[in-house]
Amino acid sequence: MKLRITSLLGGLIVLALGQFTLAQTGGLRLPKTVEAGTAFSIQSAGSGKAVLYIVGPGQVLRRDVQLGEMTSFAPGDLHNAGHYVVVLVGDSATENGAFDVTAAHQPTALSFIAKPSRLPVDLHDGISGVAYVFDTFQNLVLQPTQVSFQLSGVAGAPQTRTVLTRNGVAWTKMNSASKEGAAQFEARTGSVADKRVIQQVPGDPCRLRMNVRPSGQRLALETEPVRDCSGNAVPDGTIVTFTEMYNGGEATVDVPLKRGVAKTEMPAYKGATISVATGVVMGNEIHWGKE
Amino acid sequence: MTRTAWQRRAIFKLFLIACPVLAALIVFASDQPAVRVEPTDSVGPRVLEKQTETAVVRDYLKAWQSMSTALGQNRADLLNADFVGTAKEKLADTIREQAKLGIQTHYQDRSHDVQLVFYSPEGLSIQLVDTVEYDVQLLDQEKLQTAQHVRARYVAVLTPTEVQWKVRVFQAEPQ
Repeated sequence: MKLRITSLLGGLIVLALGQFTLAQTGGLRLPKTVEAGTAFSIQSAGSGKAVLYIVGPGQVLRRDVQLGEMTSFAPGDLHNAGHYVVVLVGDSATENGAFDVTAAHQPTALSFIAKPSRLPVDLHDGISGVAYVFDTFQNLVLQPTQVSFQLSGVAGAPQTRTVLTRNGVAWTKMNSASKEGAAQFEARTGSVADKRVIQQVPGDPCRLRMNVRPSGQRLALETEPVRDCSGNAVPDGTIVTFTEMYNGGEATVDVPLKRGVAKTEMPAYKGATISVATGVVMGNEIHWGKE
Repeated sequence: MTRTAWQRRAIFKLFLIACPVLAALIVFASDQPAVRVEPTDSVGPRVLEKQTETAVVRDYLKAWQSMSTALGQNRADLLNADFVGTAKEKLADTIREQAKLGIQTHYQDRSHDVQLVFYSPEGLSIQLVDTVEYDVQLLDQEKLQTAQHVRARYVAVLTPTEVQWKVRVFQAEPQ
């Protein structure tokens, strides 16, 4: 119902505009499309003075013109892509028209979003890159354009993908490298490039192993260097938890990794079971002084 | 009272009730555009939740209202709520130019056929294509110069802010 009434109102407006248009003379010659920032001209018919308007949300121009002459617009006069309504208002008549301004074909800027800026190593499709392609006037270049993405890190061959933009945007996903370190993530179209740094950090610990030795009345516990599954050292500060269970009692100590290892001391109970864990990884168990 | 007279009174009463309802409907219909949102099954690469889709379309339509008011009143500050970045700068430039020339433009959107086409993997941008019909009026020194009905295809990119999506790229393309 609402749509029908809207259509009816639209029809009435068009009818009214039609009458408005019928009172005008033809002869306004417009380009169908203009590339943003390029020169163009509009030819009018008749004689006398008139005012020419070019109106759109992106830009508005007004020129005093002589009817029957060519009105020229210099490069850069109309630089925002969009749909423009053209109105020529003379003393006795008004003419209407419209044309489109398209983005320049040559991309000159990229809006490149790379996420995340920090992630664990060896993650499949863990890095995403999105590139919007713009011309020199910040118009989105809607014509399909090739964008190449390259991720190059501290080790291994760079990963490269070439993608055609669709509606001005291209995207890709990349795997993080197996070795920790900073990677360069670049998006390029033609001579325009934009670069981001992706920090690849060690993943979760892969294997956890501790050793124990007596230290007076206590036990000295120390892990072997903690590494992820690709052999990268897990960062210092990662918490390692030692748990000792004895005669129905329990003691827990949380220790941050320091220089790749975690060390602590716990009471030496005969028959105690000591375990170690970090994150979701369980290490080995030690049974002390079995009776 | 004869049966015919009763029927006439009933019809008259019905007419009295129907008139304001119809008038209200016409006013409502003239202000609110008809909106159609294409199915969003194939939007990617990120999964588009229904709530996100609803919010994006709502905020995009609201941006049209803001743009219309801002260009109609030559007030760039009215863009702040719904536009950001390039789209805001370009519209603000148009408003400045309009004010300098003594021009006002009134845009009244009549219908939208919206299709969400891209939702970026990290969720920081969403792109839609809108086949929109609108009326545009041009006033020079407050004198109406023209009124045209326009059908155009707009491409918009929206990005999330603290509480809503804002239009960052707003551009018509040839159909």
